[in-house]
Amino acid sequence: MSTFVLLTITGLGLGAMYFLVASGLSLIYGLMGVLNFAHGAFLTVGAYAAWFAESKLTGISSVGLRFTVAAAIGVVAGAAFAAFVELVFIRPLYQRHIEQVLVTVGISLCTVALVEGIWGSDAKFFVLPSWFAGTTTIAGAHIPNDRWVEIAAAAVVLAGLLAFLRYTRYGLIIRAGVENRGMVTALGIDVRRAFTLVFVLGGLAAGLAGVLSGVYFTSITPDAGTSLLIFAFIVVVIGGLGSIKGSAVAAVVVALVQQYVNYYSTGMGDLSVVLLLALVLLARPAQLAGSTA
Amino acid sequence: MSLGGAHVLQGVSFDVPAGGITALLGRNGVGKTTTLRGLLGLVPRSGRVTLAGDAIERQATHRIVARGVGYVPEDRDVFAGLTIEENLRLAERNGSARYDLVYDLFPVLGERPRQRAGTLSGGQQQMLSIARALLNPNRLLLIDEPTKGLAPALVADVAHVLERVAETETALLVEQNLGVVRRLAGSIVVLDQGRVVHVGHASDLDDRALVHRLLGVGAA
Repeated sequence: MSTFVLLTITGLGLGAMYFLVASGLSLIYGLMGVLNFAHGAFLTVGAYAAWFAESKLTGISSVGLRFTVAAAIGVVAGAAFAAFVELVFIRPLYQRHIEQVLVTVGISLCTVALVEGIWGSDAKFFVLPSWFAGTTTIAGAHIPNDRWVEIAAAAVVLAGLLAFLRYTRYGLIIRAGVENRGMVTALGIDVRRAFTLVFVLGGLAAGLAGVLSGVYFTSITPDAGTSLLIFAFIVVVIGGLGSIKGSAVAAVVVALVQQYVNYYSTGMGDLSVVLLLALVLLARPAQLAGSTA
Repeated sequence: MSLGGAHVLQGVSFDVPAGGITALLGRNGVGKTTTLRGLLGLVPRSGRVTLAGDAIERQATHRIVARGVGYVPEDRDVFAGLTIEENLRLAERNGSARYDLVYDLFPVLGERPRQRAGTLSGGQQQMLSIARALLNPNRLLLIDEPTKGLAPALVADVAHVLERVAETETALLVEQNLGVVRRLAGSIVVLDQGRVVHVGHASDLDDRALVHRLLGVGAA
């Protein structure tokens, strides 16, 4: 029983990171039709910005405060990089989807190479408050404390995104734009602002995922974003293109399946996720588009 | 104007007089919808488009609309996942939303603001589509086949609404129902094979031979 509880909570922590990456990916595809292969680069930039900031913020004596400030810097860096990518690379290629895919693949490769060039390919480690290294015992299972942080962060992002989409004018524009971008423009709305905004939101969430991945996996590497991106794409497809709630549910399902299968059938977790994707594609090939909220 | 790289309209030139409704007519596939979409910049086009004397052909669609061009698309294109209220709220511009007018013209929309547009009947979706365009004051209203697929009673309702609209706004109307055109339009422009082949008064539609030659149908 304790093993099952540990696998479940750990799976939820992993699912939290999948969701943080997939939510932005899903919104960007839903609104703009852009398959953003650079999304993993937002995660990498966020993670390394946080790590770099933490190493320079030696004036802050409290480890917890230093990590919090560094994490905030990482999140902002992810968002800023996402805005830069949208404004400089994606916007000039509006409606040219093949070129957009190629440029985002290029950005992804360049970012990994650039980070490796500057900081090397060795893993980097955050200095974390001691609480993170502790465990909480539930039903006999010793749950690493950082899992609660990852789950809580994803829950806050999910609630924030849903509230944003539900209650703000830009949220309304994004929901409408996912359905029919052309008609939103025909109502007199400059939909390009919404494009930049979804990239910024996606970058914020990916930057946060970058920081939390450094906690979950205990280190960051230049290709951390690329690894998570593959599973995030699977989550987006299973959850429904453009659907935030769908991404949240799919992220949990994918991560739990991966965890359970990895444990109970020795390392077949990744294969099980691919099989799950195949099942979804076979069961509802024409219904991949979900509703935004 | 071109679609998918092919020119579907060439040398189209006509004026829409201020006030009242001008009908844009023609057989299926001659480019009526493409003309409206081209005026809005929704399809690639070259040439000159002026609104009250100002050139707008180089402006982005949202800027053209912001200058006072309303659009009712052929397929209604309401946002199915949004409520009636949200569909209307999305169309608000410059704080000049005319909810009183819209709810006066379409009371049913005011009675169920939280109903999702996707669950409305075809007629109600058309009402919402027209209401969305009428929410703001328009210098030019582009209306594409507003009675398409509607039951006769609803056609009469929509025609009545457009009659009221024509009292205060200028509209370019694409419509296949010649009875509705006769009732609403003051002037007509007929397209054929991507070109303007006739410009005249709506009373020209009383000439059966002309209607047959231009539109390939008997006068109704």
